[in-house]
Amino acid sequence: MPSPKRIGQIEFGLLSPKEIREMSVRKIIWADTYDDDGFPYPQGLMDLNLGVIDPGLRCKTCDQKASECPGHFGHIELAKPVIHVGYTRLIRKLLRVTCRSCGRVLLSPEEIEKVVGTEDDQTGDLLSEKDVKKERICPHCGDQQLKINFEKPTTFSEVVVEDGKKVEHKLTPADIRSRMEKIPNEDLTPLGINPDVARPEWTILTVLPVPPVTMRPSIILENGQRSEDDLTHKLVDIIRINQRFKENQDAGAPQLIIEDLWELLQYHVTTYMDNEVAGCPPARHRSGRPLKTLSQRLKGKDGRFRGSLSGKRVNFSSRTVISPDPNLSVRQVGVPRAVANEMTIPVRVTIHNIEELKQIARNGPNRQDVNSPCGANYVIRPDARRLRLAEGNLDTVADMIEPTWTVERHLRDGDVVLFNRQPSLHRMSIMAHRVKVMEGKTFRLNPAVCPPYNADFDGDEMNMHVPQTEEARAEATILISVQENILSPRFGGPIIGGIHDHVSGIFMLTHDTRWFKKEEALYLLRYSGIERMPAPGKVENGVEYWSNKQVFSTILPVHLNMVFKASSCANCDVCKKELCERDAYVRIFDGILESGTIDKKAIGAFDGQIVNRIIRQEGMSRATDFIDDMTKLSIRAIMFDGFSFGIDDEDLSKTEYGQIEEILKNAALDVDRRIKVYEDGQLEPMPGRTVEETLEMQIMQVLGKARDLTGQIAGQHLGLGNSAVLMAVSGARGSMLNLTQMAGCIGQQSVRGERIVRGYDDRTLPHFRKGERGSDAHGFIQHSYKGGLNPTEFFFHAIGGREGLVDTAVRTSQSGYLQRRLINALQDLKVAYDGTVRTTGGRIIQFEYGEDGTDPTRSAFGDPVDVKGIVESIIKEAV
Amino acid sequence: MSTKLNVLKHDMVPDHEIMSEEEVSALLTTYNITTEQLPKVFHDDPAVKSIGAEADNVIRIIRVSHTAGRAESYRLVVKRPKK
Repeated sequence: MPSPKRIGQIEFGLLSPKEIREMSVRKIIWADTYDDDGFPYPQGLMDLNLGVIDPGLRCKTCDQKASECPGHFGHIELAKPVIHVGYTRLIRKLLRVTCRSCGRVLLSPEEIEKVVGTEDDQTGDLLSEKDVKKERICPHCGDQQLKINFEKPTTFSEVVVEDGKKVEHKLTPADIRSRMEKIPNEDLTPLGINPDVARPEWTILTVLPVPPVTMRPSIILENGQRSEDDLTHKLVDIIRINQRFKENQDAGAPQLIIEDLWELLQYHVTTYMDNEVAGCPPARHRSGRPLKTLSQRLKGKDGRFRGSLSGKRVNFSSRTVISPDPNLSVRQVGVPRAVANEMTIPVRVTIHNIEELKQIARNGPNRQDVNSPCGANYVIRPDARRLRLAEGNLDTVADMIEPTWTVERHLRDGDVVLFNRQPSLHRMSIMAHRVKVMEGKTFRLNPAVCPPYNADFDGDEMNMHVPQTEEARAEATILISVQENILSPRFGGPIIGGIHDHVSGIFMLTHDTRWFKKEEALYLLRYSGIERMPAPGKVENGVEYWSNKQVFSTILPVHLNMVFKASSCANCDVCKKELCERDAYVRIFDGILESGTIDKKAIGAFDGQIVNRIIRQEGMSRATDFIDDMTKLSIRAIMFDGFSFGIDDEDLSKTEYGQIEEILKNAALDVDRRIKVYEDGQLEPMPGRTVEETLEMQIMQVLGKARDLTGQIAGQHLGLGNSAVLMAVSGARGSMLNLTQMAGCIGQQSVRGERIVRGYDDRTLPHFRKGERGSDAHGFIQHSYKGGLNPTEFFFHAIGGREGLVDTAVRTSQSGYLQRRLINALQDLKVAYDGTVRTTGGRIIQFEYGEDGTDPTRSAFGDPVDVKGIVESIIKEAV
Repeated sequence: MSTKLNVLKHDMVPDHEIMSEEEVSALLTTYNITTEQLPKVFHDDPAVKSIGAEADNVIRIIRVSHTAGRAESYRLVVKRPKK
């Protein structure tokens, strides 16, 4: 690879009329493109000297075919000069800082030195419009200067005082050009212009380059009609007006007509450069669509830079909807047969694989079902000719195959592919999976890999890319396979793990003690691939039983020892350890779950303590196997009992409803009492707060407490038998707050952390008295989602809900932009072999990566060494 | 205006010291770099001014680090270009 080169300097200049004429191969004078026979007009916009786009023709300039000729510029001689829109700012500045008669900068040498710096120390600024006072007298020739007005997009005028009145006197481009010509070279340098490459008069066009036809190809529509590119359309307009202008000029037309035509020519040249200039109606296509002219080709997301150079569309990729399949391994991805039959991998024919590849060629381009062997679409001969495999020629082509040929075979089970979901915010957004060809039309993935992609199945689509070379495949398997990306570099813990039903299922399986008969235990473990059952935990009446904890232990590595508290742990003051009545004290001794419930803390994505420990102790591969076993076991476990949630799961009994009503009534009374204290002027304000603020805080507190109390009552009534409680306790989904709001009381709605106060006439809604401060007048909802809201409550709920929506919308857009800027700033940094962080130029950013040189992926939640974990697994006791 | 604020005494300002020529050349050899590739600090930086460093000096900054406890870094003093 060639070594990178250092850029010494970059020169920015303007094209001079001379240069434009020199690079031009043809003067263009006709606005027409093709004659009736479909042949380009000589000196027309599609002149054969400008390059060719029709196959078969040869370029008159370079004599090459359409595919080889790069195209050549032509030029149009403009009847009168016009301003280049891109330089109007510069023109304005130059007009304002130079003298209207002698062309010198309107500053004395001393004044210039003050801004720019001395001859040998030019560390100062460049001259700007602000450095020159308006309407001053030229220090060189003593001429009085006039105010220059600039009107968008391209009109310049001088303000002349005539008979005490201000009169605007328009400057034509020709006037401006002659003033630019007068500016001496020496005066340009302090303005930041290098006169060798950019004389200011070159910002006024006298001759217009005509881009080669290759960058504005015409397309032939289905009906045989030619459709020209937008640029060609615009050039046609320019030439037409130019022609008319010349004719009128030669005929000696009145000044008014000439001025009109000049302005029209200016408009066309302006929109040719940029069709989105302020103060200028965009030029439109016949259909009414604005034309895409030069600057529109470059600008914006789909422009040349962001759309064609920084990002491109690629081959060997596919995209479809995703759906879950818990029976797949997290390493795999289910690929629809239709996709697998279209996407190929090139395989070189050697003496070792020739028979296999011949068979693949014989199998042809259509795989009938997922179990039939894979076929191929094309074979490539050593001379790079591609032979398409079709029903008729399979055997003939297959017999021709020899070593040195290449067969483009279909995807088949076990191939490595890259799988991606946008937005690709971190490196786990693209991971390598193994193909599993399946029926259906969607990509299938194990729900446990949803967290790194942030995917769900409400219509999400994902992309798949097929690496085409051996190197790419090796890199994909070794560096970015799912297995290597279980740990997130964000916090050094596993980001892949059980979600939703996995957590509920494993919780239901491992909670407390249950006994399974042999059939039941085997039903649960059927997909886990264990080789033999452990000895039964108990035998009763000659029937063997296995405990639920035994069943789970079969998927654990033998040497695993750990102690931790489950998600369901209530953080009691004194931990009862193994005797915990919530069974939240997890203890694993030599790969046997002795006590505790497995839940989110143990196997969940982002938490997954067991997964984490297995990675550190046994490696990535074993951890991946564990995740696969765990997902399959938990899905079996949740199906063993069944798991559902319905509207009647939110029902409470009469006593609870009574209690809730009581609590809410008391809270409302408490609020009223406090309001009364406030109105009597008896309320003692809290330090740093006004009386009103104090009252508001107290009310919020009272109502918050009341809501929590209703939740507690609902929670006490609905035990672990309730699906919502189970999900909240195990950490699978939702919280007790959600349950409170469904069954107990929704609580206070807020805007910006305060009770809802906005409204007209001193009240939130006309249902309340003016100035009312009570709980229900300011958005406290005392009903539950199940019970139903009354109209005012519903309205307050909508207000609170809207704030949440707006917040998320704003947050995503802001964080997206922040991320983009961070990535742009950091993208080329890398950790060098000596541990320093450097730019591509070898400049040091950090002398030791992260100051301690620790890879966060391998750190134990930030610490370089997981001392507690190591000690625990050796002494097999809690530390 | 009696006592001037000494930024170096502020709790959040890390220790700055000027490096001797030998130290600098040793530093450049360890990392196999030229002075240009060092991180920069302007000559009018308050901490740089108060230790009396001038342009082309290399200073050592010793920080208390979250991750490493103590972290050293080095910066080349450069003149701030006039705006």
